[in-house]
Amino acid sequence: MIARLAENVSPRAATALVLLLLALLVAPWFANDYLLTVLILIFYFAYTGQAWNIMMGFTGQLSLGHAIYIGLGAYTTAVLFSFSGISPWLGSFAAILVTVLCGAMIGFLAFRFRVSGVYFAILTIAFAEFARIGFDHLSYVGGSAGFFLPVANYTQSDLWTLRGKPIMFYYLSLGMTVAAVVMCHIMISSRLGYFWLAIREDEEAARAVGINTFRYKLIAVVISAAMTSLAGVFFAFYYNNLFPEEVFSINRSIELILAPIFGGLGTLFGPILGAFMLTGLAETLTTTLAALGVDVPGAKQVFYGICLLLVITVLPDGVWPWLYRRLGLAGRCE
Amino acid sequence: MSTLLSIDGISKRFRGLVAVDRLSFQVDQGDIFAVIGPNGAGKTTLFNMIAGVFSPDGGTIVLSGERINGLSPDQICHRGVGRTFQIVRPFPALSVEDNVIVAALLHRHLVPDARAHAGEVLRQLYLYDKRAQRASGLTLPDRKRLELARALATDPKLLLLDEVMAGLRPTETDRMVSILKELNRSRGLTILLIEHVMRAVMALAARVLVMHHGAAIAEGAPDQVVRDRAVIESYLGAETV
Amino acid sequence: MSTDIYLNVAVSGVLTGLVYGLMALGLSVIFGVIRVVNFAHGEMTTVAMYLAVVLFATLGLDPLLMMVPIAGVLFVFGYALQRWLINPFINRPEHSQFILLVAVAIILANGLLIVFGPDARSVQTSYAFDSFMIGPLIVDATKAFAGLAAIAVAAALFAFFRLTQLGTAIRACADNYTGAQVIGLNVPRLYALTFGLGAACVGAAGAMLALVTDVTPPLGPSFTLLAFVIVIVGGLGSMPGALAGGILIGVIAALAGLLYTPSAKGMFVFAILVLVLLFRPQGIFGRRA
Repeated sequence: MIARLAENVSPRAATALVLLLLALLVAPWFANDYLLTVLILIFYFAYTGQAWNIMMGFTGQLSLGHAIYIGLGAYTTAVLFSFSGISPWLGSFAAILVTVLCGAMIGFLAFRFRVSGVYFAILTIAFAEFARIGFDHLSYVGGSAGFFLPVANYTQSDLWTLRGKPIMFYYLSLGMTVAAVVMCHIMISSRLGYFWLAIREDEEAARAVGINTFRYKLIAVVISAAMTSLAGVFFAFYYNNLFPEEVFSINRSIELILAPIFGGLGTLFGPILGAFMLTGLAETLTTTLAALGVDVPGAKQVFYGICLLLVITVLPDGVWPWLYRRLGLAGRCE
Repeated sequence: MSTLLSIDGISKRFRGLVAVDRLSFQVDQGDIFAVIGPNGAGKTTLFNMIAGVFSPDGGTIVLSGERINGLSPDQICHRGVGRTFQIVRPFPALSVEDNVIVAALLHRHLVPDARAHAGEVLRQLYLYDKRAQRASGLTLPDRKRLELARALATDPKLLLLDEVMAGLRPTETDRMVSILKELNRSRGLTILLIEHVMRAVMALAARVLVMHHGAAIAEGAPDQVVRDRAVIESYLGAETV
Repeated sequence: MSTDIYLNVAVSGVLTGLVYGLMALGLSVIFGVIRVVNFAHGEMTTVAMYLAVVLFATLGLDPLLMMVPIAGVLFVFGYALQRWLINPFINRPEHSQFILLVAVAIILANGLLIVFGPDARSVQTSYAFDSFMIGPLIVDATKAFAGLAAIAVAAALFAFFRLTQLGTAIRACADNYTGAQVIGLNVPRLYALTFGLGAACVGAAGAMLALVTDVTPPLGPSFTLLAFVIVIVGGLGSMPGALAGGILIGVIAALAGLLYTPSAKGMFVFAILVLVLLFRPQGIFGRRA
């Protein structure tokens, strides 16, 4: 297993990665609570970015409604936990099932009826909005007034019920991100990955070499949905409250695509780098403004917008491809 | 000689334009069969029907005894048909090797096996040295051979070549011809090709079908066909004959 | 419920639908000619609405009168946007253009948040609560004026495209990009002009909308989405389609709001979008691609 993973990564890159991982593992000893929250946010975006990257970067399907999977994952596990005391670890299976069905439905409708490109993106937005409004009216889960998880004692960390201190969430999100990277690497190096890339590059040519593009696009949508739903589980148990307006919002869908686009679509480390850079810089901006006594709501988003604008005009493939060429880290990252 | 491909009375209309008009012919196992004709004769439409891009409005297409009209392109590829496109369509961001691996993965589910097979195919087409290059950076002759390599990696019984010589210089054309002859000789690969480059047609084809306005106007050995009156008329116009 | 109520609600829906249709018309023009998906369309509308609010608050000027200057400001903005930011992207892959406009949208929406804050603003004209009685119908004055203004602007736009040389040149670009270049049309400049016109529609529509509804910074995405639904339902690239789509969506949403709950309007709109995308993607007036 390790030998296979290391197959396409150069020694320099591998060392860098191991060092980074070690640094992240011991960070909680040196970092204050604020830095931990920032890192957790970075991992969250790195994770969701990886999940979205499967659909867009690997298979070329632009989804702008990915928040629907976050919302469904969040609500499913939150409800199971609050009403039936079911641990989020078990609830995750239900969350995955729900999002897989949802993703399969969206994918099936879209691909069967040949909805692609911009129309597909709009379709995904429509479904997410539909869910948002729907949940707003679902009084069983609190509707627009919100759904609240029982907040427990913070001095104890209970991994089984995901109640606890930030440090627990730190390692959880770090673990999820590492697992996502490993999983994506395995997938992209496999037959599945090759077929996805072929579909992304030229769907008709892919069909001409025997690839059932409908099936493989659907697989990409479903895997992406399932992975994203786990981010929803994290979201629910970390923030402890869910509002349809926030969790299904188009802003949520957009913010999770920023890191992979900034970092590099279709690459393995693009979303990670993107998350570190964007969130890191944004938080620096906010703290600087706060230190100057200025509180500007919306400044962070304007910053994201400008970063996105710059990257798409100057480095359209993202920062990571440019960086790894510069650093001579040549290894197969796509 | 058994019949590999049997085209029986197929037609295709595009909103009032008859692209292919009740065409019938057969290709035997191990043959090299050329389809020629002036532009707009319906040759690529014919190919697209065989390859499954669209289905004929009437008639049947039978491959090794199985009806394939109405199947999708990937299903037809599974049944042993490989095709190239008139305007080459490599997977641009992937390397030459990865382009062929994608195709090799059709029948070989493990990546290492597919890579090995891809390597063999690339060697046969003199592309092995360039296997790490990005497909988008290749010259036209190389891209044509990559297109061919990709189709070959799917282990086809029947190879459909759509103007594979277009844009090649005479030396490159000759090289392509010798590659195709070798493939036909060594593995008995049946080849159906659309071609305008007569040099290649004369060198390769055992039988030639001439199409004009969607219908067959002549069929036979190359030297017979090029002397056929109707054929000359269709290319040069009635006055010249 | 009596038919009167249905009728009133439907008429109200038609009038607001016309205004939304005008906004969507801008999108249709932009997409129909330049083939760029203007994801910042809703944000541009919100900007126009805020301009109307500010002009009314500071100078007491009626938005309907300010329609022309606001449209002018948006025209300049649209022209500049296309000329300097989007034109270089014309030959880039579709998703690149899309992301570019997403970035513009984010900057606009949050820029508005920074400048105006999150509270709702509105325009209360002297005739804000007046209404007209036409037989059994009770029509809000603001909506009536807005609807009529929308028709006027749309008519002006049709006239421009059909009757002027510039309009014909733009339609030529839409039909055949290479052909247009071959006959010597300055396509980048025409594109910029077109985006400017589309933005001007948005400007005018925004001024009218300020009259009819409140504005908050996060309104952008819902307008963008609404514009897309209208354009897709009416038919991409069809100008009458945008208005027809607007009316249709306006009426359906209004009636849905009456029969169910007002906030369920959104769900109906999206249900319609999904159905159209699946079964008749070219819309009512569109031609099959």
